Amino acid sequence: MAMTQEEILAGLSEIIDEIAGVPADEVTPEKTFVDDLDIDSLSMVEIAVAAQDKFGVEIPDDQLKDLKTVKDVIDYVGRASVSA
Amino acid sequence: MRLHEGSVGARVLAFGGYQPARIVTNDELAATVETSDEWIRSRVGIASRRIAGPDETVADMAVAAAGKALAGSGLSPADIDLVIVATCTPEVMIPNTAAVVARRLGISAPGAYDLNAACAGFCYALAAASDAVRAGSARHVLVIGAEKLSQWVDWTDRSTCIIFADGAGAAVVGPAGQESDEPEPGIGPVVWGSDGDMADKICIKDRDSFIFQEGQAVFRWATTALHPVAKQACSEAGVEPADLAVFVPHQANLRIIEALARRLGAPQAKVANDIITAGNTSSASIPLALSRMIERGELASGDKALLIGFGAGVCYAAQVIKLP
Repeated sequence: MAMTQEEILAGLSEIIDEIAGVPADEVTPEKTFVDDLDIDSLSMVEIAVAAQDKFGVEIPDDQLKDLKTVKDVIDYVGRASVSA
Repeated sequence: MRLHEGSVGARVLAFGGYQPARIVTNDELAATVETSDEWIRSRVGIASRRIAGPDETVADMAVAAAGKALAGSGLSPADIDLVIVATCTPEVMIPNTAAVVARRLGISAPGAYDLNAACAGFCYALAAASDAVRAGSARHVLVIGAEKLSQWVDWTDRSTCIIFADGAGAAVVGPAGQESDEPEPGIGPVVWGSDGDMADKICIKDRDSFIFQEGQAVFRWATTALHPVAKQACSEAGVEPADLAVFVPHQANLRIIEALARRLGAPQAKVANDIITAGNTSSASIPLALSRMIERGELASGDKALLIGFGAGVCYAAQVIKLP
């Protein structure tokens, strides 16, 4: 079942708030995790794990390192959930 | 054929710990590699660690910790008939550390072996000791975790040199639950396992190499695969997480410790955070953390503690114990 970009963003914002304490309204597609949202590599792993639980999409470490912005994750989850 | 009678259960009689004198702060490391106190505290939760002197050996630290545990147990060296040293950094491969440690403590002719399950080593050794007492192949066992990781660390590699440290912790294990004057069993069933598919995630490739760790992969594994193991150790012991007084995971990284504690579902339990001032001491971290918490009066006799060791292999082991 394909999710809309808005649905993925909403779910991702919840995860980021829970793990990194970043308020949902600050999580917008163009933001970078490291520089804009101050999220480090270990928190990215926690976000990937939580995203797997929420969206049913696995993001392996070697893919995770290329996901720099919120939009990168939205696109990755969107593509993977379509192909799944 | 006749068999040993053994004992219904086993328990820990006393803990002991030892840390080398030299304190190495984050600022000291930041002077030689590109890092900072803030970075280290936020990524791994360590403020300072202890590093052994150049001539201080794994056996020296093991003897110091074990001597304290032995004194605390009220037993004499003659009462010990098995010595297990969990270590992944023995000074030499032959002879083993355990026999050397036993001789220096004045323990005459015990069974003695080293055990390598890396950072899970203490929980493996505690399970082996409990089984030996229950089977009757030993009556009183000295279980030691001792490491000198500093000699396997590349001090120019900022991803590992900030984490690993030196130290030792020990426990004396004896029979329980057999005769009416003995307390109830105090070491629960071990839940253990391994996954050799992840062998390359934490390793020292050969005798000329240093410790290598794929941090993100280890973090992902530790924060997703281990809380079910911890919970299973509780259920196999018939102990609810809500009844735990303390949770003592291997002191690998404060972020892993906190993630594991959140997923355990035991909000009332104290959580060992010895890593802040001890660093990651591999097989020594659990008994070292426990002995320091007991020394500070933070825990009481009879308290239930959940231990979980995990690390290279990967190997993991968890059990519930009652504190001496």
